Amino acid sequence: MTDHTAHAAHGDEHLADAHDHHNDPEAIAKELKVYWMVFGGLAILTGITVGLCYGFDLPVHTAIIVAMIVALIKGFLVAGFFMHLLNERKLIYSILGITVFFFAVLLWGPWHHVYDLMK
Amino acid sequence: MEIPYNVAPRPDTGLYNAKLGVWLFLASEVMLFGALFSSLILLRSGAPSWPRGWEELNVPLATINTFVLIFSSVAVVMAWANFRLGEFKKGRLWLGVTLLCALGFMVIKGFEYAHKFHLHHYPSTSNFFAIYFVMTGLHGLHVLGGVVVFSYFAGPGAKMYFTERQRYTNRIEVAGLYWHFVDLVWIFLFPTLYLL
Repeated sequence: MTDHTAHAAHGDEHLADAHDHHNDPEAIAKELKVYWMVFGGLAILTGITVGLCYGFDLPVHTAIIVAMIVALIKGFLVAGFFMHLLNERKLIYSILGITVFFFAVLLWGPWHHVYDLMK
Repeated sequence: MEIPYNVAPRPDTGLYNAKLGVWLFLASEVMLFGALFSSLILLRSGAPSWPRGWEELNVPLATINTFVLIFSSVAVVMAWANFRLGEFKKGRLWLGVTLLCALGFMVIKGFEYAHKFHLHHYPSTSNFFAIYFVMTGLHGLHVLGGVVVFSYFAGPGAKMYFTERQRYTNRIEVAGLYWHFVDLVWIFLFPTLYLL
């Protein structure tokens, strides 16, 4: 066996172990509890946003800050737990890092416009 | 010819190919919706006046839709978990729940649109309604896309479970990633359009 094939075989074993763990009933049962807790968190946060921004009729600037903070927390819960980004491969993080950069560039344009208007 | 790495992860990426593919697709989707959010900020900040969302739109209906989408996200991970456990019937049932939620979302959205048209509010009425219809319309098309995909996996596509179980489970996982993204977009659309 060459070094390359030995390395590949070792890699496959590692991936097979990860795969077995992936379908482990105990691990899945724990995951399910987490999913329901995240659902509860998302429902409560939705209630908070609607209550504060709609029920209390906050001033627009305060409402924007509150709504965006709550939306970011909800986004973190969905991406982190439902999409498993808290425990994902580096390659996915690299793709998302590039995406976030270009997304920020997209938002920088209008932000610059708002900043000019405020001056 | 067999497509490589549709079950086992590729050693160099650590991912099976469909998962890498769907993440690249989602990255392009971030840019699509990002451009619309960028347009919304530009239109709103440049307008002499802009209505508060709740003055023009139906917040209670949109709030119900938010809960429907959040629940559908849980339903799809429940389906995936049950397929991994070997519980085909339960998995398929949760896929059905996901589908019902998606259709429920579209029905509620339909009522909302119908009411707007009844009031003669169209995309041409104002910049507010233009961006509202474009963003919620595009999001609705994504929900419809999810309906098509989940209908296939719960219907004729489910046969694969009995021949290539892991491959089928992986398909549910990547469809789920897409569905969570649709939920994620709504999490930002809802406050931006309806509450601010």
